[in-house]
Amino acid sequence: MPIDKFKTLQSTAVPMPIENVDTDQIIPARFLKAIERKDFDKNLFRDWRYDKNDQPKPDFVLNDSTYSGKILVAGENFGSGSSREHAAWALYDYGFRVIVSSFFADIFKNNALNNGLLPVQISAEFLEKLFIAIQKDPGTLIEVNLETEKIILLANGDNESFEINPYKKECLIKGYDDIDYLLSLKDKIQEFEQNLM
Amino acid sequence: MTPTTLFDKIWDAHVVHQVERGPNVLYIDKHFIHEVTSPVAFLGLDKRNLKVSRPEKTIATPDHNVPTIDQHLPIKDQLSRNQVDQLTKNCEKHNIQLCGLNHPWHGIVHVIGPELGITQPGMTIVCGDSHTSTHGAFGAVAFGIGTSEVEMVLASQCILQPKPKKMRITVDGKLKKGVASKDIILYIISKIGTAGGTGHFIEYAGSAIRELSMEGRMTICNMSIESGARGGLIAPDETTFTYIEGREMAPKGEMWDKKLAYWKTLKSDEGAVFDKEYTFDASDIEPMITFGTNPGMGLKISQPIPDPQNLPPNSRQTFEKSLNYMGFKPGDKMIGKEVDYVFVGSCTNGRIEDLREVANFVKGKKKADNITAWIVPGSRQVEEQARKEGITNILEGAGFQLRQPGCSACLAMNDDKIPAGKYAVSTSNRNFEGRQGPGARTLLASPLVAAAVAIKGKIVDPRENF
Ligand code: SF4
Repeated sequence: MPIDKFKTLQSTAVPMPIENVDTDQIIPARFLKAIERKDFDKNLFRDWRYDKNDQPKPDFVLNDSTYSGKILVAGENFGSGSSREHAAWALYDYGFRVIVSSFFADIFKNNALNNGLLPVQISAEFLEKLFIAIQKDPGTLIEVNLETEKIILLANGDNESFEINPYKKECLIKGYDDIDYLLSLKDKIQEFEQNLM
Repeated sequence: MTPTTLFDKIWDAHVVHQVERGPNVLYIDKHFIHEVTSPVAFLGLDKRNLKVSRPEKTIATPDHNVPTIDQHLPIKDQLSRNQVDQLTKNCEKHNIQLCGLNHPWHGIVHVIGPELGITQPGMTIVCGDSHTSTHGAFGAVAFGIGTSEVEMVLASQCILQPKPKKMRITVDGKLKKGVASKDIILYIISKIGTAGGTGHFIEYAGSAIRELSMEGRMTICNMSIESGARGGLIAPDETTFTYIEGREMAPKGEMWDKKLAYWKTLKSDEGAVFDKEYTFDASDIEPMITFGTNPGMGLKISQPIPDPQNLPPNSRQTFEKSLNYMGFKPGDKMIGKEVDYVFVGSCTNGRIEDLREVANFVKGKKKADNITAWIVPGSRQVEEQARKEGITNILEGAGFQLRQPGCSACLAMNDDKIPAGKYAVSTSNRNFEGRQGPGARTLLASPLVAAAVAIKGKIVDPRENF
């Protein structure tokens, strides 16, 4: 199915300066029992967000009304562990469109891109700058511009470039998905199969 | 010809097309599916009105979300039953071979692939599960994928994938007594960190790796993902060929000879260049255990928990959060800490060799009173073999509970959960917060350490006199 198009986004951000956030935290295994993509956002960060009695934990950032926005700014090595795409679905359906970190786990990065969720990898220094800016002023606006591959702190113009594979960039900007592309290669694939041992 | 790595040889032979300034279109030889990460992919196919392109190249088994008791009865948990039923329906509709719950080949996907001879050298193998890296032990390029990619493989037998970089990890020398392959990989991850392998495919080499059995090699490749790597592989050799020969789905007769000749060419050429190389000395490795909430937080069992004072602020905060969750303090000794549960199982250490190791150790002994010990075989075949060898009797005699095959407490999707706050020494691969149940505290270790802990009731060096 076509993914949502993404060109540029200006938004406030939610800071989560925790490192090695694994996909078991993003969505614990016991909430993976559905057979369709529905309601995973409700269990996003379930065990950090809610206590044993399903009451919101006030000290967790998603329960803190000070912070909101479509950008999640997270500590190094975000999305490690399980390959569950449910993690990307949960983040996307919750309303995030961009995840910023100084480092992403490989499978998570692919899963995010395949769902129109943009992983923006920046330097540890710029990440630190973002954390400080957001914590000082939760209304801080950040622009993520996919076309120019730049992330900008709008208040002072501080910015950094990020990299994205040109093919994936085009998919996101145009809203294409990989299956359409693979199906268009049918003849090539068949030819390849004929030469298999 | 320029010397080439094993990884390049296999990968390049499967590139159907190179997208300009983009990923490779990679042909997939074998695709495993399970009940949790496949249903949305099949829904996607339905929405586009597509059939599975090569159903004979996909094989299915329900493992993540199945009960491990009374598997002959209908599954009680309705959501789990739904998922398993959906897998059955999808397989029927698309003509995919299914090793269902009561099938003699049922088991954890990464245990049954090798044991049935499906996993073979030189193949590209994927599954919607990060521990697909296990199959790399046979000299295959095997890695985990997401559900969108599962849909790609079902639809076209290909995926779009950027080519990873290459890393070689060489472990030379002799392992000390009581040190197992699980200790090697926990040691490696404690050295290179949980992101040390990110963006790379690892080749494991060196005399200590060569000497491992196939089971031992699988344990190592299995946990490649815990270093962030896309996967890990080991060049096939006589150990590999002997393991495969004669298995149900292994090539036979003339085909075997032809394949074998090809498999023998599968190794990195002398002088092949890797993007990154590490070398470790096998004799430096001791029995390992983890103390934190990621697999990189491991140490030699005799060492104290390190002090995070010198870490940068965010890392220190993460480290402290982790210790806080575990109920430990910097400087704490691991030896002597009380444990509540022992879990032997999973695609890391739920094979027959692992059960033998545990049985060998606990024979004639009794588990400590404070310990609940679960043994969950990785497959039906492992379960059967254990029964035949008398392992089942030994384990039950020592007070272990034997369950039926499945992922079980490795990810605690079913009822096999470690209660909040309790400590579990586990032979699985992840000690993330809540991985084995909300609030559960996991300590990763080898089957031998797990066996020793079960007997003593607390953390103990298995090389001590018992
Ligand atoms: S045993 Fe654990 S790691 Fe292995 S496939 Fe099952 S859940 Fe994943």
